[in-house]
Amino acid sequence: MSTPTLDKHSAALDAAEDSDSHTITVTFRIRRFNPEVAAEATWEDFQLELDPKERVLDGLHKIKWEQDGTLTFRRSCAHGICGSDAMRINGKNRLACKTLIKDINPEKPITVEAIKGLTVLKDLVVDMDPFFQAYRDVMPFLITKGNEPTRERLQTAEDRERFDDTTKCILCAACTSSCPVFWNDGQYFGPAAIVNAHRFIFDSRDEAGEQRLEILNDKDGVWRCRTTFNCTDACPRGIEVTKAIQEVKRALITRRF
Amino acid sequence: MSAETTPVNDATSLYDADNPAPVIEAPRKRTGKTPKTTRTNFELYGWLFMRLSGIVLVVLVLGHLLIQLMLDGGVSKIGFAFVAGRWASPFWQAWDLIMLWLAMLHGANGLRTVINDYAQRDNTRFWLKMLLYTATVFTVLLGTLVIFTFDPNIR
Ligand code: HEM
Ligand code: SF4
Ligand code: FES
Repeated sequence: MSTPTLDKHSAALDAAEDSDSHTITVTFRIRRFNPEVAAEATWEDFQLELDPKERVLDGLHKIKWEQDGTLTFRRSCAHGICGSDAMRINGKNRLACKTLIKDINPEKPITVEAIKGLTVLKDLVVDMDPFFQAYRDVMPFLITKGNEPTRERLQTAEDRERFDDTTKCILCAACTSSCPVFWNDGQYFGPAAIVNAHRFIFDSRDEAGEQRLEILNDKDGVWRCRTTFNCTDACPRGIEVTKAIQEVKRALITRRF
Repeated sequence: MSAETTPVNDATSLYDADNPAPVIEAPRKRTGKTPKTTRTNFELYGWLFMRLSGIVLVVLVLGHLLIQLMLDGGVSKIGFAFVAGRWASPFWQAWDLIMLWLAMLHGANGLRTVINDYAQRDNTRFWLKMLLYTATVFTVLLGTLVIFTFDPNIR
């Protein structure tokens, strides 16, 4: 019974609708914490019907809207741009809004927990203040000397290309909260702060690269990175985070020698 | 149709909205009061030293293991006479001295990294590092002393 209501109807969609079996039953195993109820966090299972082409975020919505309104998590854009909904899904840091059910083996319970290394406030919500403090500490804004030009600050395409990768960051904290050094010591700036410093250090229009390099040369800066590549694996924007850190290290070394 | 594995709300709960449980703070979290940069290159040199000493140690340590454990009858040949024979040559004295210093400083700096990573309280950090530095200085000095003052005629 293919109803021509949508012009984009594909054969696969038709088949799914015809057989009436496009939804499957999945289990979400969610790490719950509510300080107003108990001091310990506990796992709670939810069963729900989902289309495998839906996302983990859709599942969380379904639970919150239809089963348990107390489930607490952050999301805004729901399209991978605002960086609100980084969480640990089946042990890996991802954005719930970019993770399709079919890509994470819906046969087994799907575990969902808050990102690590930051204080859990409730369920999947963590305190992001230390993360943004590190971001602020690398001065993530254009700094120039002299008079303001009367027209826009021009830059060649090659100069723009130099730091293109690190402009894509949405500050979701997936990288920083996947880093074992950060888990153990929150004084470490963490990958995200270094990525955002990189974005200005290698920008030909910026004039405070020296200052930012000096900040990251410190004992809690880039030298604490142990090249585990967890950050690169975690980044939902596909930024080569470890490479960016390595480029900052190299800039520091070539500056000295 | 939620299947709860653990009851979240039980009547005997100690906590409520006015009296919430303490949250688990992240270790050593960054705040506005975190000290600003110290402007030294110590960590840069430490990082470089790990890589440069590592390259030299590949030759020294693997050569050392090869000579001591595999060539010429293997480990059973090692005795006072074997050591005395080798240390009669300034070449092997220099080899062992450089290996001692590089391996000890490399290992100590590596353990310093491990302590920085794992010790949470500033006090624990400080004392673990003091223990590490004491042990390192002691071993390096003792080893150096032995290499330079070794007497093959000792009875
Ligand atoms: C055989 C040649 C060796 C090479 C090429 C080598 C190389 C390295 C490098 C590059 C690092 C830094 C890793 C990082 O920054 O993440 C390191 C760390 C370390 N090395 Fe070596 N090393 C060698 C031998 C040794 C020896 C003989 C010792 C013991 C005396 C040692 C003890 C350590 C320790 C404790 C660490 C710190 C571990 C960590 O950072 O997790 N290494 N090594
Ligand atoms: S670098 Fe990637 S993982 Fe890290 S905060 Fe930015 S977008 Fe998120
Ligand atoms: S909700 Fe905005 S990134 Fe996922």
